[in-house]
This record gives sequence, C-alpha cells and structure tokens, in this order.
Amino acid sequence: MHEMSLAEGIRRIVDQASDRPDVTRVTRVRLEIGRFAGVEKRALAFAWEVVMRGSKAEGAALEMLDLPGLALCYDCGKTVEIHDRLDPCPLCGGGRLMPEAGDEMRIKDLEVI
Amino acid sequence: MCTVCGCSDIVTADGKAVGHSHGHSHDHGHHHHHDHGHHDHDHGHHDHHHYGQGEAGVSVPGMSQSRLIEVETAILSKNDAYAAQNRRILKALDVFALNLVSSPGSGKTTLLCETIKRLGDAPLAVIEGDQQTQNDADRIRATGARAVQINTGKGCHLDAHMVGHALDDLRLRQGAFLFIENVGNLVCPAAFDLGEDCKVAILSVTEGEDKPLKYPDMFTAARLAILNKIDLAPHCDVDLDLYEANLRRVNPGIEIIGLSARTGEGIDTWLAWLKARLADKAA
Repeated sequence: MHEMSLAEGIRRIVDQASDRPDVTRVTRVRLEIGRFAGVEKRALAFAWEVVMRGSKAEGAALEMLDLPGLALCYDCGKTVEIHDRLDPCPLCGGGRLMPEAGDEMRIKDLEVI
Repeated sequence: MCTVCGCSDIVTADGKAVGHSHGHSHDHGHHHHHDHGHHDHDHGHHDHHHYGQGEAGVSVPGMSQSRLIEVETAILSKNDAYAAQNRRILKALDVFALNLVSSPGSGKTTLLCETIKRLGDAPLAVIEGDQQTQNDADRIRATGARAVQINTGKGCHLDAHMVGHALDDLRLRQGAFLFIENVGNLVCPAAFDLGEDCKVAILSVTEGEDKPLKYPDMFTAARLAILNKIDLAPHCDVDLDLYEANLRRVNPGIEIIGLSARTGEGIDTWLAWLKARLADKAA
C-alpha cells in the first residue's frame, strides 16, 4: 500500500533516535508488524533502501517481526488467533470475526555502533 | 507558523513523549547476557543502551560495540499526533467529522452534493482529496457549501497533517458536519487516522459483492457502509443480501445503509443517521 510513507516514517524516527554523538551508525532496525497491518514486506524493504540513503542507517539490516492477528469471534464469543483476515474461527468455524490485535506497525529497536 | 505543526512537534507513543532528551538514558558498562531474538528483560525506558551485546558478548574498552536502542514507537506516530490535534480542535467545536472512503467512482461526490442539499442550512464544510484537479471541490461549492480541495499529487491517501492545514482554512462553525472525502482508494486510507469521528465506506452495487472480502481492512475500519446506486440493482444481477453478508463477515459490527444518491431512495435514513451522530457528539 503506502510503503513509501511508512519508510519515511521509519526514517524520521530512526534519525531522531540515532541523533546522538555516541551513535556512529545504525546496523540493524527491528520492526514489529501485525499480521493484519496490510504491510507488503517486500515493498517496504525496497522503499526502505531508497529512503534511508544518506542517513546513519544507510545499509542497515531491516528485520520485520510478525505479531499475531487476534480476532473476536461473534459466534462463540472467544478471542482467537487467525493467520489470514478471512480465516474462519478455529474453535467454532464461525465466519464473523472482528480483528482485535494485529494492525501494529512499530519500530521495536535499533542496533547501533 | 502553522498552528498545527507549530505546537505538536513532540511525537508521542502510548501517551509518552519520545524523540526528545529525558532522564531515562542509561549507559551500562557491564555485561548483559543477550539474545537478539528474545529481548526479555523488563525495563520501561525509551533509550536503553546495552554494552556487552556485541558479537562476542563482551564490552572491550576502545573497541566499537554494537548495542541496542529501544524505540517502541509506532511508525505512523507522527500522523497519529496530528490526528489527535485535529480531534481536539473538532471536539472543541462539537463538529462531527466523517472520513468518506471508497473506490474511485462509487458516487461519493454525488452523494455528498445530494446530502448537502438535503441538510438545508445545517452548518457544514467539506474537504476534498484527490490526486489532481479541483473538480470535486467545484462541484461541492456549486451547492453553496464551503470546500477545500487537497491535491495529494502522487499520494494515495490524505494524512492528518494535510487535514490540519485544511481545518485552518475552513473556519468551521460550532456543531457543524465535516465531510472529508478521501482519495478514491480502498487500501491506503485505512491506515491513516485523520482525526475523524468515524470512517464511512461507500460501495456501489456495480462493484461486486465480494469487494469487502477483497479489501477487508477498509471495511473493518468503517463504522458505516453505504451501499450506493441501489436503483441499478435490478439491472445488474446484484445480490444485495450477499453484499451485507460479506460486509458483516469482515466487520460484524458494521452498520449498513442502502441508498441511491440519484433517486433519493434511502437518503432519509442516511440523513437521520448523520443527525443522530452529531447529537451524540455534542452530548
């Protein structure tokens, strides 16, 4: 979707966090991306390379950690983990699920030298 | 200076300001056992340096060591901060703001023009988002309503910063409706909070019953779905029940109103919904 906007958001936060005399270079950036966040990882990795040029994080490794997708089943009333947005409830087979977690897009941490 | 950007330079995550210096930085010279995959010790600091986390697991004076800075910040935190600022402005004025999202061609602007006419002298304003042209704002202004056109250029969505600038120009009246017509796109606008009270997804009956399944995020984010152009339903083999079932499959709590902006069928239900939400806002 808007992976370039996301990459620009990442650069802004990484620039702020690494703007200190004891940081020479950022070697790794770890993101936490929920399963339902709608992020196309390959597109984000591509945009990342372009956007980070000239920053302390140019050439840094980008690692994306998955966060689980949780949804409330309107049929059995339980919160369940599903892998795909349109999966049925693994407990009761119901098809009406309201996402409760899994839309996160966070920068977790930076590895710096 | 822009009244929005001038005062919201502090980016927040979970209510905590980040990106500025504070008293929580700790530089540890001691050795930490460390596992990159499981950063399992508990600490509430934003900046937490861990020496002794290099490849060798030790800290050697004079040698460069990689270490970890905890960030824990939402990627869209800047947008979210602008959205929160917009929301405060809108709340202070008891303005009910809707973010209208849909595919291109679902009939958003036609529905808006019709809505404005039927709302009579109720105070309202419109923000129009498109990649190019003033056409939609011109159509809205022809009804006598105040409208600001935002051209996103190559952008695929409105963001909260753009909307904040538009709010500066609109001089909203107390208790008004604010209709924000987003760029016609069922994907990207789902992730960008503008400070609105709710998203309204507009879907026309010619688009296919499975559209909510193809683009679930937007319909999940919407409070209300408008099924537009229902006057065309008899001409194009449409199963209206299937539209509803698919909307509820991706969002069991969604409200649905079927209408035709062209014939006026169902519009009264939509107007009543709008007036009820405006009353809720002021309460």
